[in-house]
Amino acid sequence: MREPAAIIGVGCTRVGEHWESSVLDLAVEACLRALEDAGNPPVRALYVGNAASEILNEQGNLAALLADVLALEGVKAVEVRAGDASGALAFHQACLDVAAHGPGEGAVLACGVEKMTDVLAPEVERVGMLFEDARCTFHSGITIPGLCALLTRLYMDAFGPSYEDIVLFAVNDHRNAVNNPCAQYPFPIKPETIMGSPIVADPIRLFDTPGIGDGAAAAVLCAPEEAPKLSDTPVVVRASEVASGRMNFCEREDMFSIGSLRAAAKRALEAAGVSIKDVSFFEVHNTTSVVGILALEELGLAERGEGWRLVKEERIAIGADWPVNTMGGLKGRGHPWGATGLYQIVEATWQLRGEAGKNQVEGAQVGLTHNMSGLGSLSCVHILARGR
Amino acid sequence: MGMGVPRFWREIPHKYRLMGSRCRRCGAVYHPRRPVCRRCGSRELEDVPLSGRGRLLAFTVIRRAPSDLDEYKPYIVGLVELEDGVRVLSQIVDCTPADLKPGMELEATPRRIRAHGPAGVIEYGYKFRPAIKWEPEGAEEGS
Repeated sequence: MREPAAIIGVGCTRVGEHWESSVLDLAVEACLRALEDAGNPPVRALYVGNAASEILNEQGNLAALLADVLALEGVKAVEVRAGDASGALAFHQACLDVAAHGPGEGAVLACGVEKMTDVLAPEVERVGMLFEDARCTFHSGITIPGLCALLTRLYMDAFGPSYEDIVLFAVNDHRNAVNNPCAQYPFPIKPETIMGSPIVADPIRLFDTPGIGDGAAAAVLCAPEEAPKLSDTPVVVRASEVASGRMNFCEREDMFSIGSLRAAAKRALEAAGVSIKDVSFFEVHNTTSVVGILALEELGLAERGEGWRLVKEERIAIGADWPVNTMGGLKGRGHPWGATGLYQIVEATWQLRGEAGKNQVEGAQVGLTHNMSGLGSLSCVHILARGR
Repeated sequence: MGMGVPRFWREIPHKYRLMGSRCRRCGAVYHPRRPVCRRCGSRELEDVPLSGRGRLLAFTVIRRAPSDLDEYKPYIVGLVELEDGVRVLSQIVDCTPADLKPGMELEATPRRIRAHGPAGVIEYGYKFRPAIKWEPEGAEEGS
């Protein structure tokens, strides 16, 4: 199978409350860093992933605007929207663009951005539900943490862990975020601190949910054959796959199954010609701890109902069997919706270049990233590998 | 938000009457309504009002609410399995969390959902409450 693209540059902002930066400022900063990192190649196309800038920032048409501001007039500019999967979906579209054109026609820039702190927290909670099926959500008053709460209760009843066992996934995220210079929460957290934080939707505690944060991340892509000329440390995209799933988790026969992840991961592993055992590390989409645990199970790292044990036994730590969320994940690095998928790509690139510092996964050859919208209405899975 | 009335009027069958779909070929039932049967692929589905009675599978108390429902917080949201086999999400009212146990019987009841601004539409729809059990007096002797 032909590799669709290679990454020759990455860049991002720190995730956090950037009071002095607009959605545009953040995107510009990430793009310029990625372009610098790539040695400023000529750019032919720009893909921008964003979930909700019209509502959060009163600014739409981001791709054309960003192309103009970056003085890339004339390039193809495409905005991609799929809730909090927008970032990885923009990266996927950029990969397809590179694959369709082949070498020698210029680089493609993919950016994910979200500026969440322009509105107040209850509005973030409302906008988060816009990516679900409105026929089931608004009048029920459910929220994303609320959906996670129902799933957590069902999971606890079915498989026996306590909530304190489940939140150890967030503890792993925080442990890894400590050494990520771009993380929103670069400090360790104790399970008892999570259990002592306010309840958002019983039993979900505030410190088990991603914070509200701003951020942008970007990557520069080119054809795999020309990457070695443009970069000393190219990273190859071995597979880029997207799958839709049941929008509403209540309608899934098995409510613990994330069908979109299962389908996208299966196709990606086949396309890349690797088995899950060949993957050195994983960046998964942990909306809250229970969703991260279900993702581990869906990827086949644990049997159904056993994922929490993998976490409790610290088998997802760096240096253990399956390093997961090596730079902090959604909880530790942060989850600026439309940017998250590209943060995962940036962090996986650091790992595969050997630039992950204290969090370096020894001998990392292949990484898998998983970004999704909501609780799995759409999943994007990417498999990246150290370039030859 | 300034939304017009037709948007809410259009949702009346769904939100007032729990209107679902039943597949004419395989009998599968859905809510919300679907144009294509997920089980057998048939496009011949008919509207069918759901019973509005079911059992509680799980519930949560929403303490950080969306901006448009902030006035209600904290409120209970449950996952309800209807007699028709369909699962729906709904607010659970007329009770406290201490009254609720998974497996208990619930019934749908029309309630106010939210107001769209001080002069806008007031939206109504179903919520669920613990099923009221009553034995009408003289039911034994009656017809």
